[in-house]
Amino acid sequence: MKQPASEAQHGGPDAAATSEPPTPATTASSTSAARSTEEKGGWRALGLRLDVRNLSLLGVLAALIIVGGITKPDQFLDTNNLQLVLTQASVIGVVTVGMTFVITSGGIDLSVGAIVALASVWATTLATQEYGFAGILFTAVVVGLGCGLVNGLLIAYGGMVPFIATLAMLASARGLALQLTDGKTQIVTVNSVLDLGIPDSYILGIPPLVLVFAAVTVIGWLVLNRTTFGRRTVAVGGNAEAARLAGIDVRRQRLYLYLLSGLCCGIAAFLLIILAGSGQNTNGNLYELDAIAAAIIGGTLLSGGRGTIVGSVLGVLVFTTITNIFALNNLQSDVQQIAKGAIIVAAVLVQRRTLRNGEA
Amino acid sequence: MSGITKIFPGVRALDGVDLEVQAGEVHCLLGQNGAGKSTLIKVLAGAHQPDGGVITWQGEEVTLKSPVAAMKLGIATIYQELDLVEGLSVAENIFLGHEPTTAGFVVRGREARSSATALLKRLGHPEIQAHRPVGSLSAAQQQIVSMARALSHDVRLIVMDEPSAALDPDEVDNLFRVVATLTADNVAVIYISHRLEEIRRIGDRVTVIKDGRTVAVALPAKETPTREVVALMTGRNVEYVFPERPAPTTAAPAEPVLRVEGLARHGEFEPVDLELRPGEIVGLAGLVGSGRSEILETIYGARKPSAGRVLVNGTPLRPGSVPAAVRAGLGLAPEERKAQGLLMLESVTRNVTVSSLSRFARIGWLDHSAERAEARAATRELSLRPDNPDVPIRTLSGGNQQKAVLARWLLRGCRVLLLDEPTRGVDVGARAELYAVIRRLADEGLAVLLVSSEVPEVLGLADRVLVLREGRIVHRAPAQELDEHRVLDLVMEGSPTP
Repeated sequence: MKQPASEAQHGGPDAAATSEPPTPATTASSTSAARSTEEKGGWRALGLRLDVRNLSLLGVLAALIIVGGITKPDQFLDTNNLQLVLTQASVIGVVTVGMTFVITSGGIDLSVGAIVALASVWATTLATQEYGFAGILFTAVVVGLGCGLVNGLLIAYGGMVPFIATLAMLASARGLALQLTDGKTQIVTVNSVLDLGIPDSYILGIPPLVLVFAAVTVIGWLVLNRTTFGRRTVAVGGNAEAARLAGIDVRRQRLYLYLLSGLCCGIAAFLLIILAGSGQNTNGNLYELDAIAAAIIGGTLLSGGRGTIVGSVLGVLVFTTITNIFALNNLQSDVQQIAKGAIIVAAVLVQRRTLRNGEA
Repeated sequence: MSGITKIFPGVRALDGVDLEVQAGEVHCLLGQNGAGKSTLIKVLAGAHQPDGGVITWQGEEVTLKSPVAAMKLGIATIYQELDLVEGLSVAENIFLGHEPTTAGFVVRGREARSSATALLKRLGHPEIQAHRPVGSLSAAQQQIVSMARALSHDVRLIVMDEPSAALDPDEVDNLFRVVATLTADNVAVIYISHRLEEIRRIGDRVTVIKDGRTVAVALPAKETPTREVVALMTGRNVEYVFPERPAPTTAAPAEPVLRVEGLARHGEFEPVDLELRPGEIVGLAGLVGSGRSEILETIYGARKPSAGRVLVNGTPLRPGSVPAAVRAGLGLAPEERKAQGLLMLESVTRNVTVSSLSRFARIGWLDHSAERAEARAATRELSLRPDNPDVPIRTLSGGNQQKAVLARWLLRGCRVLLLDEPTRGVDVGARAELYAVIRRLADEGLAVLLVSSEVPEVLGLADRVLVLREGRIVHRAPAQELDEHRVLDLVMEGSPTP
């Protein structure tokens, strides 16, 4: 078991090169290489499960790319199409990074889609647009943080179940978004924002949106794996009572986590504004389901205590690639939905098997 | 049942237990906490599979593969934590899973209710109405419903695990009447209780188990003297080796590091005063439910006191705040190690460093190699095995898991250690080592508050002992002035027997 896994660590970065963000495998293998052989064993043992799971997702992604390449060789592998796939993945990807933290802590955030919608319309009102680029970015982020703050306070200090509190936020944020727009699409007229969406702004062929996504992923990975904040998140998700008795301020940690999710929604809303050139109250529809699904198939435990940013990002890429391939092959969205459902079931079954083997 | 053996990872919970119960008798099962009573009844209920031994039921050898299989044979178990569905009615609970139906799926509610009423009447509790939701009943009434459920399956043997623990004296009388009705119908009852006087009242025969072994089979419950029963429960096959206490010094005692003043919680324990000096181990002896864990957790800030305060080095702690207590230098090794103490998905290192994360971090950024090195140093200090901080904590034995919890507080540099049942689930052999570690920590200047329901442990390890009964400290004395019988008398009867 150990040998293929360690090879996978070296194979990982190459295969993931298309998605830009470095995998933890690169960092893990380089740090552990610095240690003595005797000490390396445990590191590998801990990293093993994650690698196997990431590897299987990479396999799925590779298979999808092959399918795409065979069915529509000219269109799928075209640079423009790959840029499109990554751009589409960016918005939901940023949301998924925040969601991964919340789920790792044993919580859930059903309000992400609604927060994206509310932030995108609030940031594109005529009044906000008068303040230009900074006004739009600032408003999107602050609205996201504000919603996250309400979620966090209700859950951490109000003692509400995350499912209920964020469900309530879902309903009210969508309602408020509709009230602000009156159901109308708000066209963005600030050119400095719109410019970020056109090919002229691409850096080395990479759209700025994708760079933001990559940055959020890298920062998210570092925070989850290399900081006290990340460690506390995992501890709270693994055993909240033990974390509390170990002296961790569990409530404050939960508050921060929903704030973080709200922040990610704000950033995602800004990306969506660039992408669509407008703000709409119907934005971010069903993002909560897509983000949860991506995190789960990535290997984050819904019960908390184990989370992987790389897995979540791979999950997002798998879903976005499927959507793209189906669209290129003129298959309807109903078939897409069925395929997504099947993938979620398969991934969770595989996850349960690996987990059970690991516990034995 | 004979020669029943059950091995859990790292612990031999049952090591050849024999138990024989006759129809129509009340057979009492006695033993201290951790003796293996709960494991034994779980084997009997089909919830655990034994690793050895034979179960014979009405002359035939049987295997109880599942709770359903045990139920089919006619064995019902009433656990301490009742397994009723609060939202359903009394009748629905009684017939849950075997409702009288028409055409296989339409529940005949009226029939269920009338059968339920008949059962409750038979148990002498016609006042419990079959249509009421179980959630609205008292604990005692819920217990009756649980028994009615057992009876609804033509049961031949009912196992009751500490049924009187949550009951008032009147309710206990009622319960005993019910038990008498059952045995009159030739149903056998296995009755588990800590309270010797109850066993005397309703028991026919007594089996005593200790350290996973049967030490006495089928003693007459009414005639055997209390002292003999207590001696059987406590007499040691394995002599525990307790570390030596430090020689008494003539120097003036150090200032107390922890002072508890009038600390109380409504319904849990009455005002408690205690002082803890560096280098001292103070033991709290008491039964389950006497308020020992509650006192510890309240000192630690995990529960909010209704009165009183806790001072560390003269400074009062913010009540009900664990982070404040930890900052002040308190550390807790909780009673339920897996549920309250450990992050079971994580490595030893991460379990050890979880309370000192900021030590390895600069503006939140963790230095993994420093973290690992310090965790390793702390676990080596306690000779934790295996000597590899990267292994998952769940692969460790109970004793080593406990050492990881101690290492957590050692690393944190805590000054007051609160230990709640530190040797629960720890193999007998590994205990001596743990005792030595605890004593050494005290010698190094830590103040230790030890809670244990194992009286020899408290007496052997502590310098001073506080005896707790029903939320009240009933006796304080240096450990050398007490013996096991005296303490057991105190915790069980409340007053020393002559």
